[in-house]
Amino acid sequence: METFTIRAQAPRPLPGTRAQAIVGVVASGNLEILLERTGETDAVEITVETASHGYRTVWEAVIADFVARSSPGGIRLSIHDNGARPDTVMLRLMQGTNVLEKQP
Amino acid sequence: MTPADLLAALFPSGHTVVVGPDNIMSGTALATGGTEVAVLGIANATPLSPEIAITLAGQILDILRADDRKPIVLLIDTASQRMTRRDEMLGLYEYLGHLAKVITLAGARGHRTVGILYGTAAAGAFIATTLATQTLIAVDGAHPSVMDLPSIARVTKLPLETLEEKARTTPIFAPGVAPLAATGAVAEIWTAANGDLSHRLATVLAAIPPADDRDQLGAARGGRKLAHDVAEKVAASFAGEAG
Amino acid sequence: MIPQDIAHEPSWYESSARARIDGVLDPGSFTELLGPQCRIMSPHLALFDLPPAFDDGMIVGRGLLDGHPVAVAAQEGQFMGGTFAEVSGAKLVGLLRAAAASAGTSQTVSAVLLLLDTGGVRLQEANAGELAVSETIRAVLAVRQAGIPVIALIGGRAGAFGGGSLVASCCSRIVMTEQGRISVTGPEVIETNKGAEEFDSRDRALVWRVTGGRSRALLGGADRYIRGDVASFRAAARDRANPPAFDIDTMRAEQVRLEKRLERYGDCHDTPEIWARMNLPDPAGISEIDDAAFIERLAATGGAHDAR
Repeated sequence: METFTIRAQAPRPLPGTRAQAIVGVVASGNLEILLERTGETDAVEITVETASHGYRTVWEAVIADFVARSSPGGIRLSIHDNGARPDTVMLRLMQGTNVLEKQP
Repeated sequence: MTPADLLAALFPSGHTVVVGPDNIMSGTALATGGTEVAVLGIANATPLSPEIAITLAGQILDILRADDRKPIVLLIDTASQRMTRRDEMLGLYEYLGHLAKVITLAGARGHRTVGILYGTAAAGAFIATTLATQTLIAVDGAHPSVMDLPSIARVTKLPLETLEEKARTTPIFAPGVAPLAATGAVAEIWTAANGDLSHRLATVLAAIPPADDRDQLGAARGGRKLAHDVAEKVAASFAGEAG
Repeated sequence: MIPQDIAHEPSWYESSARARIDGVLDPGSFTELLGPQCRIMSPHLALFDLPPAFDDGMIVGRGLLDGHPVAVAAQEGQFMGGTFAEVSGAKLVGLLRAAAASAGTSQTVSAVLLLLDTGGVRLQEANAGELAVSETIRAVLAVRQAGIPVIALIGGRAGAFGGGSLVASCCSRIVMTEQGRISVTGPEVIETNKGAEEFDSRDRALVWRVTGGRSRALLGGADRYIRGDVASFRAAARDRANPPAFDIDTMRAEQVRLEKRLERYGDCHDTPEIWARMNLPDPAGISEIDDAAFIERLAATGGAHDAR
């Protein structure tokens, strides 16, 4: 397993009131993401634990893209990855912030 | 240990136990201290088939008919459940489940149930027999397992040597009496060299049967550190969330 | 073939464990216990360089069904095959013990729903998993003795194999779909140990004929056969009329039921032979007809199986 944490600043805090959400499943080629509000307004913290070694730069690129697109300020994301492709990762990230934003 | 040696060691005051068709053992015995007990079992590492499971369950139900709280001692050397398409087609899970249910029911109706493992027991056959008794004892020759290491190696796609090495660091997956005792499955380990089996059995028979305390045992022995704590936490929050 | 009228309804087989819980319970009523934010995870998977899951593939909690409180546990079959392991097993055992203890109090539940989706024991934690199965069985039976029914719902990707099949057999009721499978030893393991002539695991039709929901329902190994949509599972979970008590009478009835099965069908080699002996019309066609036709045919057998 390889574990690393990526921190970023988002332009805006993520709207909505839901405190936490979990999306995805740790199946082969898939991942789960636990999203929790931290109370901070613009900081984003993403911890990745992955079975695929040596892809940190790919993760950084996907996460930079995600932060720019959805501005998840004030959110901590914890990821368990079992070899998901970048497009699956992006899909789950967007799905996760969508649940936090829209669902009660 | 052969069934004859085991029976002689457990019941020096006498017994009527015989090994019958399908290697099913049954009879009665006089435990040290004078308690009459019913004895059932499987001999010669015979795989647990629907026929054996239903015969044993039927004999236990016959014992329950008398409603005399007679202790039931289960002597097991069974290999695994039988692996055939025919048995699975006939619903082997129901036969094994029925046996586990009937053993559990006997305990609930006041019959002290003690499982004595003197050979192999694996997978579903282990769950349906000795693991369903209130107290599981391992004696000389016992070799409990969930699955043997070569099979685990196949399923987990790990080299056997790697598994053997990992097994030295944790009791969580390796076969054998010691790892299963560490996780709480085996209550006591008896060796013939280490004292008289009949007196030990008498002590166990006289003891008040424990509630299912195997997770506590696993935590105390360090082989299953989390299970009891997690179960307790769930139960506490279940009560807290009600209403 | 998927019948037209359910083609657009959520499928149980395709749904995650969390989606299944949401679909079975009254909307918004589920409260998870020791949820993912608690991070109670397997400490053993790291030894095998495998990623853990925040819930260890077991989701437990309480909720409402038609306004009545129920306890619910769901296995996530896509994570490690929905296996019984130290943490996943302890979460289930804790829920069952609490449900049994709640009987007769203000916290009691009207039923426990077990959404089984499991390959059996997690081999990386084989001893803890095997014990968890045994503890689960004992706890299920204690819940039943306390007068609370335990309903097994089976129709997931992983089926109910190994120890999971024994747990299912100890429940008050078993609800199954065509895709649901129950078996102690999986076809692949039988083939590995005994050869393809004993069980050819690549013959999917054969695997389904032996372990699938239709065969189980006809033989009495399942009480209810339903279509594979989530709404049908909710309807089946709501119908909890007269669950069998776990007592000596039920066990005697089950003894007779299982003895008769061996007498009648013990020499059969394949399920169509059993169905022919049951005098079912067109036994070879049982696997081919659609769910509506099968449910009709099952009802025509008189299919009430007492005991459990």
